[in-house]
Amino acid sequence: MKCSEFLQELTNYLDGALDDRTKSELEDHLAWCHNCYVVCDTTKKTIEIYRDSELYELPDDLRGRLRSAIMTKCQQYKKKSQESI
Amino acid sequence: MSAIQPKVGEPVSEELALVQAAKGGDVSAFEDLVKRYDRNVFRIAQHITQNREDAEDVVQDAFLKAYSNLEQFQGQSKFYTWLVRIAVNEALMKLRRRRPERTVSLDEDVKTEEDSVPREIADWSPNPEQLYKQAELKEILSKTIQGLPPSFRTVFVLRDVEGLSTEETADALNLSIPAVKSRLLRARLQLRERLSKYFQKRESGDGQK
Repeated sequence: MKCSEFLQELTNYLDGALDDRTKSELEDHLAWCHNCYVVCDTTKKTIEIYRDSELYELPDDLRGRLRSAIMTKCQQYKKKSQESI
Repeated sequence: MSAIQPKVGEPVSEELALVQAAKGGDVSAFEDLVKRYDRNVFRIAQHITQNREDAEDVVQDAFLKAYSNLEQFQGQSKFYTWLVRIAVNEALMKLRRRRPERTVSLDEDVKTEEDSVPREIADWSPNPEQLYKQAELKEILSKTIQGLPPSFRTVFVLRDVEGLSTEETADALNLSIPAVKSRLLRARLQLRERLSKYFQKRESGDGQK
């Protein structure tokens, strides 16, 4: 397996979406190609860091305000659609 | 090296019962759906728009649109996937309004070969996230993802942050499965490459771990 072929399969590999044979070819490649090992390992870390970062969490006070605004609009919509029947 | 584990979702039948109740006029059932997914919609909206006010608007507009179009939800996909599709469209509309000079489309597929060829292959520190304080780390992650084309960061947030499957992401974005996979690979590799300058192993003596 060449490095370019490894890269093409990287996403499927990280997602556990490969058949056993391709997975084992890929792991053979990883065992001797340090660069691909580093790319694979740091790509996995990239995903984990973003997943665990709690980036853009919705603060409780804003959450409350947004929900109340949404529900008011939904009530208004319901009322309007009932009136038009 | 083990595969990334997907997040586990809520039971679908319970959710469908809430949707049915909301369709029948029970607004509090819809409020339960809002509570269930408002954090996810906000996160997706903020990732796409990269603007707090826009993200707030998207949350309100997406839920109101979902409520007023509930009859069109036939249950062929999960309610959440359907809601995400609405939210992504609202977020992209906001982005287009803010950046009319640039084309913003999910079909945007920046074709340059070197995007997929890693250049920086230095290894990272063992616990890169501990190199920075929490606030600094968030700043780095936010700045880094802002640099990706909207179509790439949309696929990345749905697949890797929200944990949607490839099929659900394709369904929510109206893209083919190969298109989702291709964008996801490039988004992951570009983020990895950009983060390398913050996270790579340093020589000892510079004060970093």
